[in-house]
Amino acid sequence: MVGDKTIGSRVFGLINGLALVAFALITVLPFIHVFSSSFATSAEIASKRFLLFPTTFTLDAYRYIFSTDAVPRAMGVSIGITAAGTLWSMLISVLTAYGLSRKLLPGRQTIMFLFVFTMLFNGGMIPTFLVVKETGLLNSLLALIIPASINVFNMIILKTFFQGLPDGLEESAKIDGCNDVGILFRIVIPCSMPAIATISLFYAVTYWNTYMHAIMYLNDASKWPVQVLLRQIIVLASGLNYDNAVYTDVPPPAQSVKMAVIVVATIPVLMVYPFLQKHFAKGALLGSIKS
Amino acid sequence: MRDSGIWDCVLPMGGDTMHKREITGRAGVLRSLQRHKWIYLMTTPGLLYILIYKYIPMYGLIISFKNYKPYQGIMGSEWVGLAHFERLFSSPDFAMILTNTLVLFTLQLVVFFPIPIILALMLNELRSSGLKRTIQTLIYLPHFMSWVIVVSISFVILTVDGGLVNGLLESMGLQKINFLLKSDWFRPIYILQIIWREAGWGTIIFLAAIASVDPQLYEAAKMDGAGRLRQMWSITLPSIKSVIVVLLILKIGDVLELGFEHVYLLLNSANRQVAEIFDTYVYVAGLQQGQFSYSTAVGFFKGLVGLVLVVGANWLAKRYGEEGVY
Repeated sequence: MVGDKTIGSRVFGLINGLALVAFALITVLPFIHVFSSSFATSAEIASKRFLLFPTTFTLDAYRYIFSTDAVPRAMGVSIGITAAGTLWSMLISVLTAYGLSRKLLPGRQTIMFLFVFTMLFNGGMIPTFLVVKETGLLNSLLALIIPASINVFNMIILKTFFQGLPDGLEESAKIDGCNDVGILFRIVIPCSMPAIATISLFYAVTYWNTYMHAIMYLNDASKWPVQVLLRQIIVLASGLNYDNAVYTDVPPPAQSVKMAVIVVATIPVLMVYPFLQKHFAKGALLGSIKS
Repeated sequence: MRDSGIWDCVLPMGGDTMHKREITGRAGVLRSLQRHKWIYLMTTPGLLYILIYKYIPMYGLIISFKNYKPYQGIMGSEWVGLAHFERLFSSPDFAMILTNTLVLFTLQLVVFFPIPIILALMLNELRSSGLKRTIQTLIYLPHFMSWVIVVSISFVILTVDGGLVNGLLESMGLQKINFLLKSDWFRPIYILQIIWREAGWGTIIFLAAIASVDPQLYEAAKMDGAGRLRQMWSITLPSIKSVIVVLLILKIGDVLELGFEHVYLLLNSANRQVAEIFDTYVYVAGLQQGQFSYSTAVGFFKGLVGLVLVVGANWLAKRYGEEGVY
């Protein structure tokens, strides 16, 4: 810290710190604005006098969106997709990653190439759509999960982690008469919990955020996940009434309803973020695709 | 069975060479399948998945040379050769899409690319590790938000109908601006959203590179009287130069990947002339208008160019002396 003593260095440090704090504030400001607007009353929204903190507080917007059919149903769909999809993707990714982490496996390089190649080139949107259609997934919620079973990048992070485990673990299990399935479930997985937790959260966030597959593969509005509904409400200013039902409640101001739907779609990601953040930097750097 | 297990444990290397000899014959292949049967069984679901949802669609690209009719099937549809590709290249849309692609890519390269580097250099200069961690936590967060959420938040803030920004403009006595429907605003909004979502996240790789710089270099520079700005310029930046160059090259390989979901969410009839890119064009022509063969041809063209660019970029990165990614 010798350099810190000069005035120039202190001024530099101060300006640098302030600039970074400003950047961080600009990053979170939109969240705070949306969050607090969702609790504002119509009078205050109309007066547009606040940026961050409203002086009045009301839950009308939330009461309204949860009185509709569409929002609770979309939340349910998204929660279901996220839970089922994460479990499925983890199962199939861990199995594949473990197989490919075995250095002595004949054909391993070829299988690995088949996976990596899909990151470089793919059949594109329309041929994939036709396969989804032919496999009978069109307009089924499974269309959001099965065609996205493995994210090759995530699978490779898992594989890299498995390869880093000491060889002795597997060998001692073999001596004790464990077969490969036993080794995976009794030894490799329990020893890899940090990696497994991180990749699970990556998958969960991806499934929660799923949008494109939903608009491509689902026709039925009652199957929409929350992201599609959000888009519909914000941009097309419709969606809450897709079933043409008449709601007796007088809707609160459109603006705070929109804000409330954004909050509802964001909160689950915010909730897992602290857990995610603990490991992701490591995970993001592990992704080098070697050997 | 018991025997081979013991051999594996005691002499893993010996086991391996023996095993290599084994697989030369057909009996060897069978024995190796038998020996690793559980492992092959475990990779089967993953392989089936990429076979069905990744490799069969590659075979499906054949419809870009045909006039695909769903009821005739892929094989039964009429062969038209390169007609769809000719149609693409002679269409006025092609010039529009190519221009938009190049403009958006240039924005990413010139406006976005330097920002994570600058942020990483600045973060590295923070003396308080608590403050540094707090700032990192805040600026990594938007990366996990879907594009729908990013675009929705922008929308409610920018809308003329009670949005924050237009409210401020109005209170300052200025004209309201319809940011969302003015095609002039598409490009600034596009790049600002990318900066907001990805700039913080992008610092991770540069921070890792900075962390591996030899601290002795800084000590030596201090002895020579270099200030902090000078150290940043003359030590940190040159030390991470190779990482920057490699990421730059790889970014160029991704010129066609401009974010389908992001652009699609911003796209409307008012800004189509500046916003349409290959992916959105494929989506509209294929899934909304049902021109399966033509849109597949467009996607195929984009995919091939993308493949050449990525492989070329990676080759270049390796030549530059780095290990590349693939």
